[in-house]
Amino acid sequence: MLVTAPVSVLAADGVRFAYRGEPVLDGVTFAVPPGQFAALAGPNGSGKSTLLRLLLGLLRPQAGAVRLLDTAPESLTSRWRVGFVPQRSTVSPDLPATAREVVATGRLARRGWWRRLGPDDRRAVDHALESVDLAALGDRRVAELSGGQQQRVLIAKALASEPELLVLDEPVAGVDAASQARFRDALVHLVREHGAAVFLVSHELGAVADDLDRVLVLRSGRLAFDGPPADLAATGVSLGVHQSDLPLWLEGL
Amino acid sequence: MSVLAVLGLPWPFDRQYMQLALLAGLVVGTCAPLMGTFLVHKRLSLMGDGVGHVAFAGVAAGLLLDVWPVWTALVAAVVGAVAVEWLRSRGRASGDLALALLFYSGIAAGVVLTGLAGSLDAGTLTYLFGSILTVEAADAWTVALLGAVLLATVALAWRPLLAVVLDEEAARVAGLPVDRLNLLLAALTAVTVVVGMRVVGVLLVAALMVLPVGTAQRVARSFRATLLLAAAAGAASAVVGLAVARQWSLAPGGTIVLVAAALFLATALGSGRVRRPVLAGGARLP
Repeated sequence: MLVTAPVSVLAADGVRFAYRGEPVLDGVTFAVPPGQFAALAGPNGSGKSTLLRLLLGLLRPQAGAVRLLDTAPESLTSRWRVGFVPQRSTVSPDLPATAREVVATGRLARRGWWRRLGPDDRRAVDHALESVDLAALGDRRVAELSGGQQQRVLIAKALASEPELLVLDEPVAGVDAASQARFRDALVHLVREHGAAVFLVSHELGAVADDLDRVLVLRSGRLAFDGPPADLAATGVSLGVHQSDLPLWLEGL
Repeated sequence: MSVLAVLGLPWPFDRQYMQLALLAGLVVGTCAPLMGTFLVHKRLSLMGDGVGHVAFAGVAAGLLLDVWPVWTALVAAVVGAVAVEWLRSRGRASGDLALALLFYSGIAAGVVLTGLAGSLDAGTLTYLFGSILTVEAADAWTVALLGAVLLATVALAWRPLLAVVLDEEAARVAGLPVDRLNLLLAALTAVTVVVGMRVVGVLLVAALMVLPVGTAQRVARSFRATLLLAAAAGAASAVVGLAVARQWSLAPGGTIVLVAAALFLATALGSGRVRRPVLAGGARLP
């Protein structure tokens, strides 16, 4: 399928949103170009999750506009171009699916959900498992894997459609240091080797702080910072700071 | 039904009525756990029960209107299942509240309608508890046809249904038709309940949707294997249950379910994993 390279993979233009009259986002504007490794940070209640849901088309802005791969999210038909890892999806301990079966569901958007998976799909699934260093555990039940390994399975599932944009919502919360390092390697590989853009929403950016091209900080529904990580560090905010301390650090912005 | 009679099956399936019962039992025993595998992991284990209660109202409506109760039960069950899915997915009611609404409205409507029809008798009870030994050729072929539709649908859609079970929101972002898949599952559940109505009855069909799944997931190493093993366990329960029921003149519907329960317990004890009974998690609803 021929797809023209987009001008931006994600964009918000003057986005406003309120829950029951309570403003959550107020005039948020930014654009993420293809191939950029960007992160959205901010304390609890700053509007990160709402902004993400708007960008993915799960909510509609009350004012302003969002674009996903240069298209209004609800009109984007080639959804396989976007990989999404939701916030800490725990896999039910009773779910008998293997890691490979879970990752294979990530191919459905590209293949067509009603079609059987073919050799190309199986290769893509194997590659996705390799890219998160889980090739050896593909036939294990997901529920038997550690929390960090489960999270990498879900990242592999998002990678299986070979997306142009990978969006991750709080992917490393509660994940051990070794898994964070593998997680970082997988994202860097995706950006460097495949030219995909990554948009990471997280309290804790320490694992990828050195690799980010750009950081956006949301505070009380407004963008408080948008620039390279080095500039943020110059303001005294550490990307490795624990989530409970983040609001204090952000006071300086 | 001479086609089956000439097969010359051994005891206990040497009689025509037992061969018809075997066909219906195999179809229901295979299909109910296939639907159940998805329902259990969506935390909707009681869906089959709720739909069964509404199907009973449909049976009563059929008796009142003098229409074949299977068709009216099918319409009522599909409408009920789709209504629960609509209430659940739009957050109008929590899953358990939506099911409670279905349970009690269904059984109450059934009682009122059978009262109006003046048919609250032994004939009505056959729909509640099944009457597999009275299955006729037309019933058997209807069951087989609906079973074939269910099997074909699961073969085609098990992977997208798994994607929805895993994470509805992620499936939505990936562009899967989540609402339509959920409605498909609800409608297929309704069909399964109605197909199972003649075999084990509307009050017990949900057991065949859940117990073989619990059995299978204790030994299967993948989701696909769970589907296949659950279907095999359900079919085996039907065959053994029918044989036991004939040997000792027991109620066949209840016997089939007891065999399914025994299989579950044996597997749980054998695998030493009784600590996480599937019903405990499955009974909670989102």
